[in-house]
Amino acid sequence: MTRFVVRRLLQVVPVFFGATFLIFALVYAVPGDPIDALAGDRPVAPAVRAELRHRYHLDDPLLVRYGKYLEGLAHGDFGTNFRGRPVSDILKQRFPVTIRLGLLAFAFEAVVGLAAGVLAGLRRRSLLDSLVLVSTTVVVAIPVFVLGYCAQLLLGVKLHWFPVVGIRQGWRSYFLPAMVLGSLSLCYVARLARASLVEAMRADYVRTARAKGLPERRVVAVHALRNSLIPVVTFLGVDLGSLMAGAIITEGIFNLPGIGQATFTAIHTQEYPTVVGIVTALVLIFVLANLLVDVLYAVLDPRIRYR
Amino acid sequence: MAVADSPVVEVAEETAPVREAGLWADAWRQLRRNPLFVGPAVLIALFAVMAVAPGLFTRTDPRACDLSHSLLRPSVHHWFGYDLQGCDYYARVVYGARVSMTIGLTTVVGTALISVVLGTLAGFYGGVVDTLIARVTDVWFALPTFLGAIVVLAVLGGNGLAQLTLVLVLFGWPTMTRLMRSSVLSVRDMEYVTAARALGAGDVRLMTRHVLPNALAPVIVYGAIRVGIVIAAEATLSYLGLGLQLPAISWGLMIATAQPRLLSAPHLLLFPGLFLSVTVLAFILLGDALRDAFDPRLR
Repeated sequence: MTRFVVRRLLQVVPVFFGATFLIFALVYAVPGDPIDALAGDRPVAPAVRAELRHRYHLDDPLLVRYGKYLEGLAHGDFGTNFRGRPVSDILKQRFPVTIRLGLLAFAFEAVVGLAAGVLAGLRRRSLLDSLVLVSTTVVVAIPVFVLGYCAQLLLGVKLHWFPVVGIRQGWRSYFLPAMVLGSLSLCYVARLARASLVEAMRADYVRTARAKGLPERRVVAVHALRNSLIPVVTFLGVDLGSLMAGAIITEGIFNLPGIGQATFTAIHTQEYPTVVGIVTALVLIFVLANLLVDVLYAVLDPRIRYR
Repeated sequence: MAVADSPVVEVAEETAPVREAGLWADAWRQLRRNPLFVGPAVLIALFAVMAVAPGLFTRTDPRACDLSHSLLRPSVHHWFGYDLQGCDYYARVVYGARVSMTIGLTTVVGTALISVVLGTLAGFYGGVVDTLIARVTDVWFALPTFLGAIVVLAVLGGNGLAQLTLVLVLFGWPTMTRLMRSSVLSVRDMEYVTAARALGAGDVRLMTRHVLPNALAPVIVYGAIRVGIVIAAEATLSYLGLGLQLPAISWGLMIATAQPRLLSAPHLLLFPGLFLSVTVLAFILLGDALRDAFDPRLR
């Protein structure tokens, strides 16, 4: 087991460096001078410009700059943006909103998706099954922002069930955006759970369990369900990272001050350090979530460890 | 192989008309009878015609606008009403199909070309080639798609169809390459490949004539679904203000401009949203039907 974890950890290293370097190089290839963007219409004194360029390492070659960035990162320092504010400050301020949104969306997709998938899988070809299949297909086809507007209009404006925009009302204001954000993955979870349960119910070990006279409840809950959940758990784990990244659209629709909005402003004002910091944080979350899932997977299914 | 096959076929033809029973022929026979294939296929054909010749669906010029008609609700003569500038909304929605279909098809064809080549090489040769390609796909995978797309679009400094296509290919190829690789892996060690190798077939011939045709099905299925995903992604990027800009006519843009008037003019959201969703749905259903047809276990 230790060997497996170590090997996976080693695989994570190049992914982390590769992804952060890629985004670092891309962001610094964006045309336009950040000092000019900072100054706006007013001219910058040459001495000030030189000092700023030096402070932000703008004259160093790309690799040197990346090295300095990593060095800071190792000390937990995400750098400072061009207005002199530490990027970690921005992350600290913005991430809680996105994390709350992401976690709520995650809970929604896991609970509702699993319930729908399992119920449909147990009653194959029933009315409920068809309903789940049709509704998941339709929802997958509706782009998130269209779904978001419809939900906002119907549940927020017309029915007054939820706040329409902003985060003024605490947790309540997160429900609607979280439902919209989680809806796409919910469909995948439901379909995955259904398909894998249907397959498990046809498996030999389920027939054996039935043959030895176990009550149907136990056959389903202990024998079929537990095994069929493995792919669903994998998907859920990987999805946790993508939910945070996908939040950018939902945040826009519902006007939530999360990292999505921060990225937008940062790109428009050419605040590269902020963009790099946010993407680095997201890559870290993604990579760690994947690692966690892999380890969990190895715990659930011993065959994986010995490959 | 073809040389060895031909005498057998000739004998069969003398006795009875031979029934071709390859994977593709079987799949096609099944697809023709499946309403879940025929329906979406007809819809896609309709949208394709709409993209190529929008003039067949409307005689109104989508850019001939009259401000006195601004935001008029749908009526008998103008089914979809008018937008803010007083343009006929039906004409605009019809003309919007072109962007979606173009970007969907070109992106997926481009992605498939890259993925089929890289995936086949990785799966067929294994070893260093495989590891190298796997590590690169891993790195791209770790980047959040929309944030990454925003940065790349900023680097490219333009928001035309070409840039959007490039970005969507860039963030689409890792998934498809992995799929192709695993599919090639499952075919590579089949007896017929070993047999062809024993007969002296070279690597290129093995890959193109024996491995590829038998490993392509999953990529075709995913490709069909991917067209839908890409169309939705283009609309999303345009909606975010990163994709096409006015005066381009795109469903994503129409929805974005509909946002501030959600309450007073819901038809501005409804029609492009509906067309967009139906197009995406058609490609997803097409993919599902193809998967069922290609998977012999489900027959």
